[in-house]
Amino acid sequence: MSVWLRHHGRSLAATLRRLAGSPGATALNVLAIGVALALPLGAWVVLANAQRLAGHAVGDPQLAVFMATDASRADAARVEAAVASAPGVRRHQFVPKDQALAELRQADGTREIAATLGSNPLPDAVIVELVLGNAPAAERLAAELRGLPKVEVVQLDALWLQRLDALLRLGAAAVALLAGLLAVGMIAVTFNTVRLQIVTHQAEIEVSRLVGATTSYIRRPFVWQGAVIGFAGGVMALGLVAGSLYVVDGEVARLAATYGSDFRLSLPPVGDLAACLIFAGALGWVGAYLSVSRHLYDIQPR
Amino acid sequence: MPLVSFNRVGKRYPDGYEALRDASFAIEAGDFAFLTGHSGAGKTTALKLIPAIERATAGAVLVNGQNVGALREAALPFLRRSLGLVFQDQKLLHDRNVFENAMLPLQICGDPPREAARRVRAALDKVGLAGREKAMPVMLSGGEQQRLCIARAVVNRPGILLADEPTANLDSGAAAEVMEIFRAFNQVGVTVLVATHDAALVERFGTRTIQLDHGRVLAA
Repeated sequence: MSVWLRHHGRSLAATLRRLAGSPGATALNVLAIGVALALPLGAWVVLANAQRLAGHAVGDPQLAVFMATDASRADAARVEAAVASAPGVRRHQFVPKDQALAELRQADGTREIAATLGSNPLPDAVIVELVLGNAPAAERLAAELRGLPKVEVVQLDALWLQRLDALLRLGAAAVALLAGLLAVGMIAVTFNTVRLQIVTHQAEIEVSRLVGATTSYIRRPFVWQGAVIGFAGGVMALGLVAGSLYVVDGEVARLAATYGSDFRLSLPPVGDLAACLIFAGALGWVGAYLSVSRHLYDIQPR
Repeated sequence: MPLVSFNRVGKRYPDGYEALRDASFAIEAGDFAFLTGHSGAGKTTALKLIPAIERATAGAVLVNGQNVGALREAALPFLRRSLGLVFQDQKLLHDRNVFENAMLPLQICGDPPREAARRVRAALDKVGLAGREKAMPVMLSGGEQQRLCIARAVVNRPGILLADEPTANLDSGAAAEVMEIFRAFNQVGVTVLVATHDAALVERFGTRTIQLDHGRVLAA
């Protein structure tokens, strides 16, 4: 185990020395990978902000359950119990008919109308706040509630929910597709970079084989190189995206302010960003591994 | 049991050239032997068969009783670690200094750095390169480069040293120094097999000679 760790430590150190030894080529490789990764990363960040903005602008979607005028409190409690156990529900609230009338009497624009009413025509209601982006669950819940006794009307603005949901899913699919394509591109870039490195180090590989190096030993620094370049490319991409966000955030904030919103652009959580960097490193590792596996066998001592 | 034995070994290259034919000889532990013959006699091919750089197309090459021609690719590094190889063109790494070149086999074996450094210094001392650790290969003379190649070959304490025309590119003084180093290692128990076409060198040493001619063993 200690020998294995020592080999990896030496390989990593050798890789860093090798990369530092040719700063121009290293910087260009990192830049190429960084720009390639910045596209899907940027698209992902934009999508995450769009999701946040959608929630901000329209609030959580609501489902209103109006009871029959002769419904009892027990009937409404049955609705509340069904809502409480349903997925995709953020919170719910029972609004008794008297409270609804009182709110009607206090609200601007409806005060005069409410004053003319003799008896209270309003029903008891249960107002349900739903989680954004779960339209099928909301549809199922509405259908279930319509089947309960003494439920008169269930209001769910399903169309806009479905459209928003579909748009967000489309955006996520586009980002995933873009990320997949550029991941393949990044693997290809690393594959080629490592191939050139293998050619450059052909003499060293031959001598290493002659004095007893295993294929894993020879492969290790190249694979580390792929991982380091991939990770550095990820950092570069993150820097580019963060810089772009910083540039446009002020304008977005000014625009949001005209709508009375304090919306600001933000990067995804640190954990997600760290996962992106690890993913970039892993892509570099894969590209390098494929390249070494393909080209190393061709170099044998003579 | 001989340390190395060739049992009716043949080697035919893909282009049809037959470098060795029905060659048989044995090297015992502690031997100092020359493999001689004119250019094209099969000396280099014979040496390459021992670390399985080439594989025999007939017969068997045994090292410590093991048929190296039958070894899987993954087993070859461990065979080569038990051998010390010295080349006519040295095969030094020109972007590494003397110390780092000699350290390579120990790095590959994963030896602890402190112990490895101690053994490298000892090997460089034995070949007369103490104090030149930081020099790059290009700063060394031909003789010094060959001695560095020997240091790299012995640093792993191999049981046998295989040298292919180690003095071919050296003047007589440097060649004598190199051969004296081989003799010194042989005197402490290391088996040495040197391929050379230099009849005068062989005569001067007066040790065992395996003579090849057109791939056949004339005398062993």
